Amino acid sequence: MVGGLRLRGIRKSFGAQEVLRGVDLDVAPGEVVCVIGPSGSGKSTLLRCVNHLEPVDAGFVLVDDSLVGYEHRDGRLFESSERDVARTRRRMGMVFQQFNLFSHLTAVRNVTLGPVRVLGRDPREAEQEARGLLARVGLAAHADKLPAQLSGGQQQRVAIARAMAMKPAVMLFDEPTSALDPELVGEVLTVMHDLAAQGMTMIVVTHEIGFAHDVADTVVFMDEGVIVESGPAEQVLLSPKSERTAAFLAHVRRHPRKEHDHA
Amino acid sequence: MLDTLHTLEVVRRRGIVSRWGVGAVLVAVVGWLGCTVAVSPNLEWTVVGRYFLATPVIEGVGVTLVLTFATLGIGLVLGAALAMMMQSRNPVLSAAASGYVWFFRGVPLVVQIVFWFNLSLLFPTLGFAPTNQVVTPFLAALLGLGLHEAAYLAEIIRGGFLAVPRGQVDAALTIGMTRATATRTIVLPQSIRVILPALGNQFILILKGTSLVSVIGGGDLMTRAQQIYGQNYQVIALLLVATGWYLVLVTVASIGQRFLERWAVA
Repeated sequence: MVGGLRLRGIRKSFGAQEVLRGVDLDVAPGEVVCVIGPSGSGKSTLLRCVNHLEPVDAGFVLVDDSLVGYEHRDGRLFESSERDVARTRRRMGMVFQQFNLFSHLTAVRNVTLGPVRVLGRDPREAEQEARGLLARVGLAAHADKLPAQLSGGQQQRVAIARAMAMKPAVMLFDEPTSALDPELVGEVLTVMHDLAAQGMTMIVVTHEIGFAHDVADTVVFMDEGVIVESGPAEQVLLSPKSERTAAFLAHVRRHPRKEHDHA
Repeated sequence: MLDTLHTLEVVRRRGIVSRWGVGAVLVAVVGWLGCTVAVSPNLEWTVVGRYFLATPVIEGVGVTLVLTFATLGIGLVLGAALAMMMQSRNPVLSAAASGYVWFFRGVPLVVQIVFWFNLSLLFPTLGFAPTNQVVTPFLAALLGLGLHEAAYLAEIIRGGFLAVPRGQVDAALTIGMTRATATRTIVLPQSIRVILPALGNQFILILKGTSLVSVIGGGDLMTRAQQIYGQNYQVIALLLVATGWYLVLVTVASIGQRFLERWAVA
């Protein structure tokens, strides 16, 4: 099985502010890890470091035993060429809080662009596959619409299909439901639920404690750039060992709507 | 009373100044000015008529159009390259591009045109040929206009790039594109919608700006008008010929701009 991840000693600063202060994380193939924590705890930055959208300052990421963004030579880590980084990156699909669909392209073109432009697939074949993927996320009827003609929930499902079209080994979700109206959250979570059930390796940064409870194998609680606590979902969510985890969970359960408002 | 209110006529408030009043004043002023010029014994309309379609004038219009399109072409290619350089994370590239824009936008166009025209004073020969044979007035005009325009277009194109949300580039990178491919397939096509309206405006500015090359005898419409009135002293008449042609060209350009914008928005 493919799709294992290993993160070791990840550090990242923006200017003087150290956002990640040494993060270790293992994700087994097919495992679903939900990362929770207050805003500014470094969750999203961690996710962007996994696929080298943000180059790390220290530490490394391994996906299926190959280094992300670096090459190991003569006892040092050299940053890879852009082409090599791009090649490694496409093994990891990513879904963003703001969907980030290509707004000049229809849903189906959003999905085929990667396979056609990056993998050099036959456009007609790619389109057939793309329509299949869109049908799987319940958007068969919307394939030829532009992003602006779709609701937030529909756009996010297109974004998931776009990532899946590259046949990634790992899927990274960066607060995929935080920008959605409450009534649209469910349709996106259902699609993610299905993906998890099919054995996709997933890291999900989320405020949806219910989703984490239902789907995650492991829940990681981050605060101030470090992992405070991690373990089986049931244990972390229902009987957290750390006081900070408990306080955060109590806060989220008391103000569930407020968490949607965070940008 | 309330049950009859809905039957009453509604009287709208008028603006403070009456349309008719303003209109009458305008017509009077413009009409008087127009008539004074038109009937002036010093202005010979037959001269205007004679030269409007004269061969040298038509040739001048041709040169003006060629200069305009060539300037736009040079400006677009160079401007796009400069815009990409300014976006670059390489500090040398972005500084070089910013320096270019600073210089070529900062020096008056007419100074640049006269400089290129007099390049031979600085470099008497270019390679084997004398500079004056290589840098003809036309080429000097083109260099001056094109390099100057590139600085403006670089800023406009950069603005277009900035209008495309950063997140879409992130998304393109995560499906395995390189930065260059993402710029070509995601950023460029979308920035065109922002760039086009400004480009229409710029086109009209270039069109009129070409008249500056008359200072070096660039052979454009204005040059021809000057050459003709230099011989027959019908300055106003020839200026009217030039004015008429510029207005025709600008009108056509404006109509084209409307169409382009409608197409870009659709």
